[in-house]
Amino acid sequence: MLKRKNTSVVFYKDPWFWVKIGVFVLFLVFLIWPFSSIITNAFRSNKVDGFTLANFDKFFTKKYYYGALGNSLAVSLVPTLFAVLLGVPMAYLMTRYNVWGKKIWHILAILSLMSPPFLGAYAWIMLFGRSGSVTTFLQQFGISIPTIYGFGGISAVLTLKLYPYIYMYTSGAMESIDSSLEECAENLGSGKLRRFLTVTMPVVAPSITAGALVVFMSALADFGTPMLLGGQDYRTLPVLIYQEYLSETGGNGNLASAISIIIVVITLLMLVIQKGWVSRKNYMMSALRPPKVIEVHGFKRFLVTLPVFLISFISFLPQIIVCASSFQKTNYSSFIGGFTLDNYAELGSRLWSSLRNTFSYSLIAMVFIVLIGILFAYVVVRRKGKTGGGLDMLLMAPYVIPGSVLGLCYIVTFNVKPLILTGTAAIIIISYVIRKLPYTVRSASAFLMQMDPSVEEASINLGVAPMKTFWKVTARLMLPGVFSGAILSWVTCINELSCSIMLSSGRNNTLTIEAYTNIVRNSVGSGAALSAILTVTSGIILLIALKITKGKIRV
Amino acid sequence: MSNAVIIKDAVKRYGDFVALKGVSLDIQEGEFFTLLGPSGCGKTTLLRMIAGFNSIEGGEFYFGDKLINAVPAHKRDIGMVFQNYAIFPHLTVAENVAYGLKARKVPASEIKPRVEKALELVQIAHLAERKPSDLSGGQQQRVALARAFVIEPSVLLMDEPLSNLDAKLRVQMRTAIKKLQRQLGITTIYVTHDQEEALAISDRIAVMKDGVIMQCATPSEIYARPANAFVASFIGTSNFIPCTVSPGGEVDVQGKMQFTLPDARGLTGPARLSARPEQIFFADKGLPGKVLFSTFLGDFIEYEVAVDGLGALIVNDYTKDTSTRHADGEAVFLNFDPARVSIFPADEEVGEE
Repeated sequence: MLKRKNTSVVFYKDPWFWVKIGVFVLFLVFLIWPFSSIITNAFRSNKVDGFTLANFDKFFTKKYYYGALGNSLAVSLVPTLFAVLLGVPMAYLMTRYNVWGKKIWHILAILSLMSPPFLGAYAWIMLFGRSGSVTTFLQQFGISIPTIYGFGGISAVLTLKLYPYIYMYTSGAMESIDSSLEECAENLGSGKLRRFLTVTMPVVAPSITAGALVVFMSALADFGTPMLLGGQDYRTLPVLIYQEYLSETGGNGNLASAISIIIVVITLLMLVIQKGWVSRKNYMMSALRPPKVIEVHGFKRFLVTLPVFLISFISFLPQIIVCASSFQKTNYSSFIGGFTLDNYAELGSRLWSSLRNTFSYSLIAMVFIVLIGILFAYVVVRRKGKTGGGLDMLLMAPYVIPGSVLGLCYIVTFNVKPLILTGTAAIIIISYVIRKLPYTVRSASAFLMQMDPSVEEASINLGVAPMKTFWKVTARLMLPGVFSGAILSWVTCINELSCSIMLSSGRNNTLTIEAYTNIVRNSVGSGAALSAILTVTSGIILLIALKITKGKIRV
Repeated sequence: MSNAVIIKDAVKRYGDFVALKGVSLDIQEGEFFTLLGPSGCGKTTLLRMIAGFNSIEGGEFYFGDKLINAVPAHKRDIGMVFQNYAIFPHLTVAENVAYGLKARKVPASEIKPRVEKALELVQIAHLAERKPSDLSGGQQQRVALARAFVIEPSVLLMDEPLSNLDAKLRVQMRTAIKKLQRQLGITTIYVTHDQEEALAISDRIAVMKDGVIMQCATPSEIYARPANAFVASFIGTSNFIPCTVSPGGEVDVQGKMQFTLPDARGLTGPARLSARPEQIFFADKGLPGKVLFSTFLGDFIEYEVAVDGLGALIVNDYTKDTSTRHADGEAVFLNFDPARVSIFPADEEVGEE
């Protein structure tokens, strides 16, 4: 006879309890603690002892600073608006019509979105910049074109890079509208436009706003584009954080911390507004009969294809331009035409060390991301319990905290005892894990939610212990979801700039940092060659992944 | 080997909600036992407690004379068939069936013949190398079945295994399951909300409602002698006829029929008779009524008859000669054998059909 005891599992004997603890500790040490130290930092100053609002006072009274806040809002809101104006029609045409070359435009959209963060700005400078090829060409005829530096250029580049978020979120929603809903509206006598505005739009609106939120947050956090196109006159908050930190004496980064708080507050505010709005109008819909694709022919088909082609091709163009110019001869600071391989040959050892750093850091990060991602997704979906809400919030955190802010957090926190990590490769890898983990967790948990939990129970029932069942059955079945998320995590690690540039001491430079530094130094040849290598690498990884998953990669 | 299952005062709580209110069962070795009830009655909760997937808030669970309350699910030696089959999608049919044997470290040389034999028993030996995605619902059900019994469990649990199949396949599969269970002699606990299925397949049935067992008996007993109005209405169709009972056991149906029920369950005053449609017949005298509607159903005709003051009664007429079918609107008399009907208190709760 066994001892009589009624509760079968004591909490501390449950391995999932320890997984939760582990995840919390990870985020506590590498997200919550660093972030709280910049909060305290923001309310301190070198000049005063104890609590002070001096940093915020300085920020809101000097135009140099609060002007940047206005700039940041402008180059976040305007691209968001234009991304919606490009993304929604593209989603509509792609889901409802037999557009020519559908797959190609879809892949181009993913490639643009996943391209290095400074690539668009760089390519546009090559064409329309002060010594850009188009600019100089037109100057011969006395024609001058409007400047691409500042608000207009930044907005255009961010719109073209980020519109795919809107396109993908919206087309996902449009595919899940039950066609009978629209047919019903048609039966009731609604015209096409009316039907779109009164039936289709309200149903997909929550997805559009979710996409818009991501675009806004990405634009607000973007660092590479305003650094290149903003110049000395048009600063945004992430640029300020970087510059302030570099210039501030003593390295406490008090003002940079205050700016970080402001940027996070703005993001949080937008998040709350969007969630509040969606919670009031959430139309859950699972398509029993997905909408039919309308077959058009001849000129009409050309008409529905043209806008999709233009949007996706123009947004992809920077990658072509950069790759093409990497084979052009240069006189150090500008391209002079003619084919050459010199740009690549001159890279020498810098290429190899940055390539080695990129791959070793991102792959080490991937090991952790995949492992933690699988466990994290399982806990979030199957063992939610009382702490589930907290776990979900941790997952949102990396979206809310821009890379440059996290970079600052780490420098401020891990520059002193008890944990000195600045200048090491480890801190870059950790920042990758914390920031890019959500892609994998989200994809894996979406996959797990579709899985029947009784499959796990069947295995346990047949005599395989729960934890063994997890690795043998559950994790195995989650792999496709983990894989497509991990690819996004990986590619975004490779292209990461805003955080790692603050954490890297020169010898830790990754390919992205190296390329970016060369561009800033105006060494155009190496910049183009490194960017081309980066673009092609990301592109190949994505294409292989798309091939393996049969196109099922969702951002 | 196969075991008896004894449950004493099982209690299950979800926060403040008590899902099982002290359920006791004594399931014999080799018996086909069914937990039957409407959704939310606690039948699946109880099954999952037996399987070890739900915590036990009170009571004792024995397999034979072994208390299993604290034994984790993977050590209970139970075979289980899930509602959604829960086939491992990444394994072939044969690998699915071999899964439990491998977990038990059965030598490879023994696994192969046992898997083959199990697949033959459920008649899908030819599908051994297929992947589950290539199988129909019925075939997947057979894999689930083979996978559960191949490990020769002490108890076999089945959670609404037929609910995802179409009507015809359901009838076929339930016969197959019943025959297989007889052949293997494994103690089986079966959960369903389908009373017809329960009657067809079980040795004994426990009818449950709101976490309490209403009646536990053989199918024929439950059908003929329902313990209360809920069981009478949930199992099969019942006509409830209001009546009054005098202290001497004299039953009066609205002044139109009188008879004595020696065993009126000690009831006096207002009560309800429960009569199955086939227990009521047309007669020369009895309850006067008018035929509202009739449906020809092959071996019998179902009549809806309006009886003054009682509403409509359902009457199944099994007379061989269907040419004497009563016309709609015809005035008729209905009668029944008082010895075969049941009597319940007037206010006892009735289940919805």
